[in-house]
Amino acid sequence: MRQPVAAPGGVEGGSGAHTAAGLALHGLAAGYPGRAVIRALDLPRVPPGSLVGVLGANAAGKSTLLKAIAGLRPARGRILLDGEDLNACPPRERLRRVGYLPQALPQASSLVAYEAMLAALHASRPELGRARTQALIEAVFASLGLAGIALRPLDELSGGQRQMVGLAQVIARESRLLLLDEPTSALDLRWQLQVLQTVRTLVDRRQAICLMALHDLNLALRFCDRLVVLGPDAVLAAGLPAREVDAGLLHRAYGVQARIERCSHGYPVVLVDRAVDAAASDTDPHP
Amino acid sequence: MTPPADAMPADVSLARRYRRFSGARLAWIAALALALAAGFVLDVATGPSAFAFGDVVAGLLRPDVLPIDQRVILWEVRLPQAVMALLVGAALGLAGAEMQTALNNPLASPFTLGVSAAAAVGASVAIVGGLALPAFGENLAVPLGAFAGAAGATLLVQLLARRYGASVDTVVLFGIALLFCFEALLWLLQYVADSDSLQQIVFWTMGSLARAAWNKIAIVAAVLAPCCAWSLRNVWALTALRSGEDQARSFGIAVERLRLATLLRVSLSSAAALSFVGIIGFVGLVGPHIARLLVGEDHRHYLPASALAGALMLSLASTLSKTLIPGVVLPIGIITALVGVPMFMALVLGRRRRA
Repeated sequence: MRQPVAAPGGVEGGSGAHTAAGLALHGLAAGYPGRAVIRALDLPRVPPGSLVGVLGANAAGKSTLLKAIAGLRPARGRILLDGEDLNACPPRERLRRVGYLPQALPQASSLVAYEAMLAALHASRPELGRARTQALIEAVFASLGLAGIALRPLDELSGGQRQMVGLAQVIARESRLLLLDEPTSALDLRWQLQVLQTVRTLVDRRQAICLMALHDLNLALRFCDRLVVLGPDAVLAAGLPAREVDAGLLHRAYGVQARIERCSHGYPVVLVDRAVDAAASDTDPHP
Repeated sequence: MTPPADAMPADVSLARRYRRFSGARLAWIAALALALAAGFVLDVATGPSAFAFGDVVAGLLRPDVLPIDQRVILWEVRLPQAVMALLVGAALGLAGAEMQTALNNPLASPFTLGVSAAAAVGASVAIVGGLALPAFGENLAVPLGAFAGAAGATLLVQLLARRYGASVDTVVLFGIALLFCFEALLWLLQYVADSDSLQQIVFWTMGSLARAAWNKIAIVAAVLAPCCAWSLRNVWALTALRSGEDQARSFGIAVERLRLATLLRVSLSSAAALSFVGIIGFVGLVGPHIARLLVGEDHRHYLPASALAGALMLSLASTLSKTLIPGVVLPIGIITALVGVPMFMALVLGRRRRA
């Protein structure tokens, strides 16, 4: 099995060089009692302004990885955000710097969207004043195009609209590190693009860092700078530049035979030809 | 997903629109409070000897205008009962609302975790054992027994949840297990009780405001006040919990701890409420539903509206219990269940039809 690919230019010098801005993971291990899902993940430093796609088949550990970084699941190893180990941070302080979007949609309650936002901000950032809170909500709803549903109860919204509200709850908190667990799973084509474009712009503008679990490889290749690819037994790539993904990696990660081609607009497009025997995953996919 | 439907002029900010929107909710809360005031006066005016509406208001504001016999009836009989109805109703409404949020289940009530059955067991032990604890010129053994039972059940659920995790499923499982246990114990006590004690037990479990008195009201209020203040501290966390457990956790809310604290508060206030009046069901289940329909689930509005709705329900039930059969005061627990069941069905089915 190929070793995780180090990102060019982002290699850590040694244990003394952690003052640099960005996110780095060292020997991260997480999972359930008696079953390690992620054994040892080393992510070379990702600079601010990066959008990192977390890819992998079902049950490969995408959600576990994001939860472990957020501190919502116990993890060993070091998680360095701007040189500071998040595992040593008190939980509240940690969740202030990390905005985590759970995979589950906000539940269909009779809260209106605006109240869901108020509650999120009051609970996570009580130090913000009222005016600042209102301004943040205003700005986020405008950027996600949600102003029209602000006063509608969540139980009257579609799944996609609730997912957008959930995303708005995270974005409004202005965290340094965003962890988005499949933020487009309930969205139609137009909104998938809209959401990824919004996150891309936000990451660039705020110089934030975003790790995003995705199932859609085309979206991942188009919007992400780098990738973390989790395989069934081991980490296949960590910090790999998105343009360096090849068919062999997709074969090992997903058990499919696929091609990556350029469309007429120059975007990379993944074409999946067929599923292959998972047991053959270590052999060369190209005959 | 559809594009924003009700487009608003760009200069109207969301905050302003939300203020207008929540203004309507505050108006509903005010309307509930007004209805409660009217219901309260009606409750005081109703009884064996007729009181004119005006006399009640006058007697409340300036006691010395009434003749002495009316003043005694008003201040020593009618008022304590009406105030107790109000307090107990508010406590149960508030407790029910918090319980439904903490357990994320619209069918939860203050009694879901077996508090009422445990209180009944405690009261029955005092009755069957013939325990006497004279204070304030009355036997306080029964209410104390009821409170001890309810508090014991609460502590048991808390201990188990701390040991085995406080997820919704675990907590409900423990609650149901305790409920069946205490019901069996109650039957056992009824089985061994003599006919006199049996009658007392049965009456206690039907609920009654007849023994209300100012010193008991003071005790109930003294337990409720800190519980209310504690609830207020948690309004934002509880509101955040309504947008989902995973979401709340990602905001930095310790969901398990919040749930245990809420359960403790709910159990304390409902135990205090029912130890003097017996078991009054359905108020804690229906009150929050009424509140939710009127003001939604932002807990800044939802909690006060639930308390008001609970108080209003119990005030009206108290009036009904005195008027349904002339000359007889029916146990109030029977009324709340008989009126509450159709009301609950109507609310739930009405909501389903709209959806």
